[in-house]
Formats: sequence, structure tokens, C-alpha cells
Amino acid sequence: MADEAIKLGGKKKSVFLDKVKEILPDGGNLNLCLTCGACSSGCPASGLAGMDPRKFLRMAALGMDEEILKSDWKWWCSMCMRCIYVCPMKINIPQLVFNARAMIPREERPKGIVGSCDMALRNDTCSAMGASEEDFQFVVEDVLEEYQESQPEFAEMQAPINKKGAEFFLNQNSREPVTEPDEMVPLWKILHEVGADWTYGTKGWAAENYCMFMADNENWEKIVRTKAKAVDDLGCKVWLNTE
Amino acid sequence: MRKTYGDPVADDLRYVVKAVVGEENFVEMYPNKSNNYCCGGGGGFLQSGFPEERRAYGKLKADQILTTKAPYCITPCHNCHAQVHDLSEINDHKWETVHLWTLIGLSMGILGPNEREYLGEDLKEVDVFHPESAM
Repeated sequence: MADEAIKLGGKKKSVFLDKVKEILPDGGNLNLCLTCGACSSGCPASGLAGMDPRKFLRMAALGMDEEILKSDWKWWCSMCMRCIYVCPMKINIPQLVFNARAMIPREERPKGIVGSCDMALRNDTCSAMGASEEDFQFVVEDVLEEYQESQPEFAEMQAPINKKGAEFFLNQNSREPVTEPDEMVPLWKILHEVGADWTYGTKGWAAENYCMFMADNENWEKIVRTKAKAVDDLGCKVWLNTE
Repeated sequence: MRKTYGDPVADDLRYVVKAVVGEENFVEMYPNKSNNYCCGGGGGFLQSGFPEERRAYGKLKADQILTTKAPYCITPCHNCHAQVHDLSEINDHKWETVHLWTLIGLSMGILGPNEREYLGEDLKEVDVFHPESAM
């Protein structure tokens, strides 16, 4: 809990809450909070910097926009949705947190998240680690060849890239091709053993989307659209994202 | 699971895990499925530059895992893997953190020597596929 009592400043107008209500279906229900505390009691971020989900919502409802802007707690909530899952009124606190993030000027948001988002926007792979189409294809083909030779039972195994009409379009977290490529192999083997018809795409292969975490609406949509287009362009039926 | 698919899919995954490790080796944590707690790796937490807060957030998850006394914790995605792995590091490495694909591969007898980064000493040498291909 906070050390000092919270003082309410008379007729403060809440811009933040109004904005959030506008984008929620049916005007949202942020004022319907029963203050039961189910959200806070099951939230791992409860207590960090004296904040918890109920308090965060009450502060928004009371128009304490400045305090919400100032608090870093919005970056410590992982938007895991457990609070809305247990909420009797189904109040969307994670959406509130997302919008609180979006209120912070881009240059003041956590550098690590901004950097990963910016990197993903640099090319159509959407890789937050900046891996290019060529790099990805090279690593996948190189690793595949190595395993086809060293483990002859898998000589026929494929790790298709840009295979048109494949049933599954598989995303891959950048960490594997960039830092631990051998970790891609067990999944390839499993897909091979079950006879799955799958493919990677040189475009849109990266699974992660940090623009979403930094609440950059325009760019997280751009990333999703880039990936969706890659899936559609290959005519794949199912898009598998392992993140 | 909670966000997107709900408990039926969580049950499907338990079927897979039990088939792979054996029913007797599967330890449930509490609370679980949709009532479970987030580990704290997601939502950008790992990249946001607040390691102290991230670990404080993760204490609940670390305590859940420690209570099971299970030597292995399976994580579904990279955010979870990185966070749960880090939580293990600050808890005397009391458990190993693995991807499900590693255990599926191991159980099928097709896991090579270079695909065992996250297995503990107890399983590192078990049923190695083409040990001569070690790099």
C-alpha cells in the first residue's frame, strides 16, 4: 500500500478514462467495478510500487491521470488477463494498462521494447533481432543439410521455405535462427514424423511482436498485417504462431 | 491458454505431456489452467529494463514451481522460457526449464546430442540419437 493517503483534487476531468471507454465495445464498463479485489488478490504484480489492478482502475475512474502517467507499474503488469478472467463484471483492466502505455510519449517508453519494435519494422521478416530474409533462409538450409547428413534417418526431412499451398505456415521466434539454431530441429523432426505439410516464409517468419507490448497501435497492426499477408501470399491454410 | 483457448486446450496439452513423460512423472501445479499465474516474462517485461520488478513479479511462479518439487518445468513460449529459466537461476537452479519439443523428441528417441541444451545432467546422456554427431 502507498505510504500516504491519496488526495482527490476536486473536479478533475479524466481524459484517460474517456479515451479508453471510447475504444471499448459498448462504451466499456470500467465504472462497474465492485471493488471486490478479486483482480488484485490473484495478480503477481500486486504490491509492486504499492500498486495493484484494483487501485489502478480506481485511479483511472477517479481521474488521476497524472499519477497513472507517472507510475511505471503499467510496464510491470504483463497484461496476462487473469484479472479480467476472475472479474465478476468482466472489466478490462489489461486494456486500460495497454492504453496507459500508449499515453507515454514513444521516446519515453522502455528502450528495450522500443528497440525491438523498431528493429522488427526494418524489414518484412518482422524479426525483432533484425534477421533478414537471406540470413534466415541461409541458417535454416544450412542447419537442415547438416542434420540430413549427420542423422540419416532424417535424410528426407524438409524445412520448407516459401512452399506455396502448404497447410501450415509456421512462425519462428528469432532467438533460434539467430542464437541457438539447433533448437529449431526437434520441432522439424516432430513435423516430419507426423507428416505435416508446413512451411516457413522468408517474409513474416518471426513470431514476436514487440510493437504490441509497447502499445504502438499503428505498428503492431502493421506487423500483424505483414505476417498475415505472407501467409495469404503463399496460400497457406493455417498460421501457426508459437509465441 | 486462458487468453485464447481456455481449459480444453490446456487439457489437450496435459495429454501430450503425460504421454511423453509418463503419467506418474507429471506433477500439476496449483493453481493451474485458467487460474494459473503469469510467470512475468510476457508483455515486454523481459525487454523493459526492470529486472528487479520482473523477478519480484515472478516470485509467485517460482514458489509454485518449487512447491511441486519437480526437477523440470515445461514452458510454452520463449518469453516464459527465458523468465522461468532466469527464476531458476536465482533459486539455486532447483529446476530445469525446457521446451515441450525437447521432451517430445527425447521420448521418441530422436533427440540428438546438440538438441539438449536445456536438459539437466540426469537426462543429458539418456538415449542420445546419433551421439557421434556431437559438435
